[in-house]
Amino acid sequence: MKEGLRQSMAWLHTWLGLLFGWLLLAVFVTGTTAYFQDEITRWMQPEIAGERNLDASAEGALAYMKAHAQGAESWTIQLPGRRSVAAMGYWKEKGETYRQWRDHAFMVDGRGRKVDARDTTGGWLLYRLHFDLHYVPVLWGRWAVGLAAMFMLVAIVSGVITHKKIFADFFTMRLGKGQRSWLDAHNLTAVLALPFHFMITYTGLVTLMSQYMPWGIPAAYERPADYYRDHLGADAPPTRSGEAAPMASLSAMIRQAREHWHGAEPGFIAIALPGDANSVVKITQETGAAMGTRGETLSFDAATGIMRRLPPVKGGASQTESVMVGLHAGRFAPPALRWLYFFSGIVGSAMVATGLVLWTAKRRQQLPDPSRPYFGFRLVEKLNIATIAGLPFGIAVYFIANRLLPTGMAARVAWEAHWLFIGWGSVMLYVFLRPPRRAWIESLGIAGAAFFAVPLVDAATTDRGLLRSLIAGDLVFASFDVCMLVTASLFVCAAWTIHRRPVATIRVGRSAKASIA
Amino acid sequence: MRQTVTSARPSRFAHGLQVASRALVALVGGYLAAALYTAAMARFLPIARVEAVMTGMLSSFAIYACVAVMAFAVATATRAWLWLALVCVPPAIALYVSMHGAGA
Repeated sequence: MKEGLRQSMAWLHTWLGLLFGWLLLAVFVTGTTAYFQDEITRWMQPEIAGERNLDASAEGALAYMKAHAQGAESWTIQLPGRRSVAAMGYWKEKGETYRQWRDHAFMVDGRGRKVDARDTTGGWLLYRLHFDLHYVPVLWGRWAVGLAAMFMLVAIVSGVITHKKIFADFFTMRLGKGQRSWLDAHNLTAVLALPFHFMITYTGLVTLMSQYMPWGIPAAYERPADYYRDHLGADAPPTRSGEAAPMASLSAMIRQAREHWHGAEPGFIAIALPGDANSVVKITQETGAAMGTRGETLSFDAATGIMRRLPPVKGGASQTESVMVGLHAGRFAPPALRWLYFFSGIVGSAMVATGLVLWTAKRRQQLPDPSRPYFGFRLVEKLNIATIAGLPFGIAVYFIANRLLPTGMAARVAWEAHWLFIGWGSVMLYVFLRPPRRAWIESLGIAGAAFFAVPLVDAATTDRGLLRSLIAGDLVFASFDVCMLVTASLFVCAAWTIHRRPVATIRVGRSAKASIA
Repeated sequence: MRQTVTSARPSRFAHGLQVASRALVALVGGYLAAALYTAAMARFLPIARVEAVMTGMLSSFAIYACVAVMAFAVATATRAWLWLALVCVPPAIALYVSMHGAGA
């Protein structure tokens, strides 16, 4: 029975992995970039420079909305986190939904001045791709990603059961042995970061659990709204009095919040019914201030600046949820830990990619005629290449599009995203037109070339190229460009390695199989 | 394709049916079990309501994963269905009695 269990788990692991591998790879790759979401956004808005200053940018954003958005339903200020520079303000007119926020959004730098930065979604697009996908309704995207995450959780459990020698596997790496090497690489990347893989999958499901598993709410509450009131501590929105009242000092309210939080910074300010006597200011703690991501929200009477009653203290389960979401997003992570998150994400991507390649490596030896594989085999092989090389290529094209699309063009934000998929799609098309070996070499080479091009295009189109950033000591811009060059080199190395390998390796794999059996 | 846990040499069709049946237990049954236990925890845990709901949600994915693994670990697809029923019936009855029963 024990042998049977392991075999059925291996079967489960193989087919679950294949079914969701490509989606999981996209989720892993974009999620990994999201650990540097703020830095990517900064690179994608080279017009914004200088230091951050929370109070100055909050006051600047407020002054701009006082001048341009009198009578709006709400004013919102997203303050820069500790890795950003600019604040973003936006308002909502009566009858508008929050989805239209981009229509009234603006950026304010650390001196409190509005800056006209190019319109971009920056690192946020990749972050949203990670769980919302693109071109599909958000809810569908989340269900698809959630299902993939659930499959991954089961794949992790079944993978652990399958590998009874999991500890020994960890120290095993047989290079240049075809299928054995891919298996070793898959085991190594899986076991090396196993706690990370498990944590990231489970907490990922937790981030969207009220969509995935809402059934406790109707079991305990008559009205779902009451649950969200208890969960988020949200009071009923204020009603308009019709009486005008000037707003008390926002800086003073920020100061009170800071004192209340023992120095932790605010991250988000929402002003309901600005200018009205019933207006309420809500200040939420920065998401990166603690491991738990759901910082406390303090409410103030806008007209008097007096803090209203404190929100209730969170219970154990709510705090656990907050910390789990925080662990997933890693917003609290200082630089060293952030890089560890990033590399764990890369190891996770490599685990999925090697697993996908392993599927073909294993079956290639059993092909009746290796020069003419069956349709399913060819499809998996082509999709592997198209995802492993194509998605990174698309991301590089996205960065290049950010520099090359004219700043004033209509629907610029949408076109930046389109270019990511145009890039990815063209590699996919190309891969399906080429024989597999050539497709691997050429598409990896193309991806490498595109990443090399990113810093070059940057240097040619902005005054913040790599050399200048290095001289100016601009760590964010310099690191971004260096990362592009490193990524480029890795892709070119991969292409070169396959190119140098004799075609006959496939047959060597066969004899290796004989020696294992 | 690999041989399964089931009888010595099943036909391709029978094998496919077994797999589909187990997959149904894992995918749909696992979700059902997770949903039932989440709802039961939300209703019956003797802590603040919001906390009970949250506890149920947080543990639901572990329950789902356990049922999914069980579906492929037991000897036959029929046993997978029996185990699923065994797991699901207690919270289902408790929830039904609590929400609709007792004279309601």
